[in-house]
Amino acid sequence: MGDYAYAAPASVDSTIELLSSSADSGTRTQVLAGGTDVLVQMRSNDRGPRLIVDIKQLAETNVLTIGEDEIYIGSAIASAILNENAELKSKLPGLVESADLIGSTQIQGRATIGGNLCNSSPAGDTIPALIANSAVCHIVGSDGERNVPVEDFVTGVGTNCMAPHEFLLGLRVPAPKGNTGDAYLRFIPRTEMDIAVAGAGVRLTLDDSGTCTAARVGIGAVAPTPLLVPEAADALVGTQVDAAALDAAAAACSAAASPITDKRGTVEYRIKVVGVLCKRAGEIARDRAKAS
Amino acid sequence: MAKVHISTTVNGQPMDVLVEPNDSLLDTLRDGLGLTGTKEGCATGDCGACSVMLDGRLVCSCLVLGAEAEGKTIDTIEGVADGDGLHVIQQKFLEHAALQCGICTPGFIVAAKALLEKNPNPDETTIRYWLAGNLCRCTGYDKIVRAVQDAAHELASPA
Repeated sequence: MGDYAYAAPASVDSTIELLSSSADSGTRTQVLAGGTDVLVQMRSNDRGPRLIVDIKQLAETNVLTIGEDEIYIGSAIASAILNENAELKSKLPGLVESADLIGSTQIQGRATIGGNLCNSSPAGDTIPALIANSAVCHIVGSDGERNVPVEDFVTGVGTNCMAPHEFLLGLRVPAPKGNTGDAYLRFIPRTEMDIAVAGAGVRLTLDDSGTCTAARVGIGAVAPTPLLVPEAADALVGTQVDAAALDAAAAACSAAASPITDKRGTVEYRIKVVGVLCKRAGEIARDRAKAS
Repeated sequence: MAKVHISTTVNGQPMDVLVEPNDSLLDTLRDGLGLTGTKEGCATGDCGACSVMLDGRLVCSCLVLGAEAEGKTIDTIEGVADGDGLHVIQQKFLEHAALQCGICTPGFIVAAKALLEKNPNPDETTIRYWLAGNLCRCTGYDKIVRAVQDAAHELASPA
């Protein structure tokens, strides 16, 4: 197996120092949050030695705050903790549902949204929901901190924009204001615990007359990276989010998709289904916005 | 490979153990501490045979590093019974014949106990979803669900 090493630094600064010095010396490192992807990768196709840097001991990665303007989710917060937080669930039900879709009770106890994002799979369920919610990655490294919109974070299949000396501290999500609702739906061939064939997240805001004043649509598993689809949002803004507007948003999602055919679905199927999911998620987000 | 020294509490007992940096908590429990009640099924977090409680939360011990157990509290199947007296859930698994080969059973019992501590009166759907991360190739699950329902009943109104 070669030489593995494990470290759980006590501070953000010492974590950055360790990541930087490892990068300088050519030591391979992997940041560990919940571990539900990392440990599987260590035992499957990628067994090479590395330094595992556990960030769960940091106070900063365990922050979960629901502020007036911003909701901050630390990168070590497990899905089960999100799901047990009634206030968070009432404010961002779609995002919490996207995390809750991933894995069993046992996985939920470990897996994190931050880890799902950093694993950077095209099919990561939380990523379209984060994109729809205008979430921003709070990244720290030896150059200081920076904030990257989630739609710009994933750069390819399993790759992201972070340098070796950087890690994700948390996610900043704008708190919903007024009549705002979000939703995430994915399609899998069974009822739970599978990888998305296609997924769509929608967040929208309505004015008092029910007219959509702001919308964001994210799609997953239909391109090398999860995508923001501005054309789908444009199709919803200014409408009552009725069937015609949702059909137009669905068509925009299908047009934005560039999927592959694999064992989970064909190109044609994914293009069609991602539109259907956008439409249905849009209906749920609209109804939640009206009820909020 | 430099071993990592960890101090942890397992089933209420403080324990010290040396682990390889890439050992799973499952490896540590079975090979380091000799607690072989926790089973390895898939080693990828799909089957739940290795379920344990880590700081009061149900996890797959195959997806936790042994090194991550430093300072944590772990509860395994070995801590479920009170000496020779079986826990109600264990007794109900016997009465309902909710096991055959037995490899999945420790994981099911640890997971069921976690459920009943969180929700003493779960309906069948809740039980089935909670236990969806525990796979059994022998029973067809029905007997397991009945055993958990019966255990919940008995815990709510002890005979």
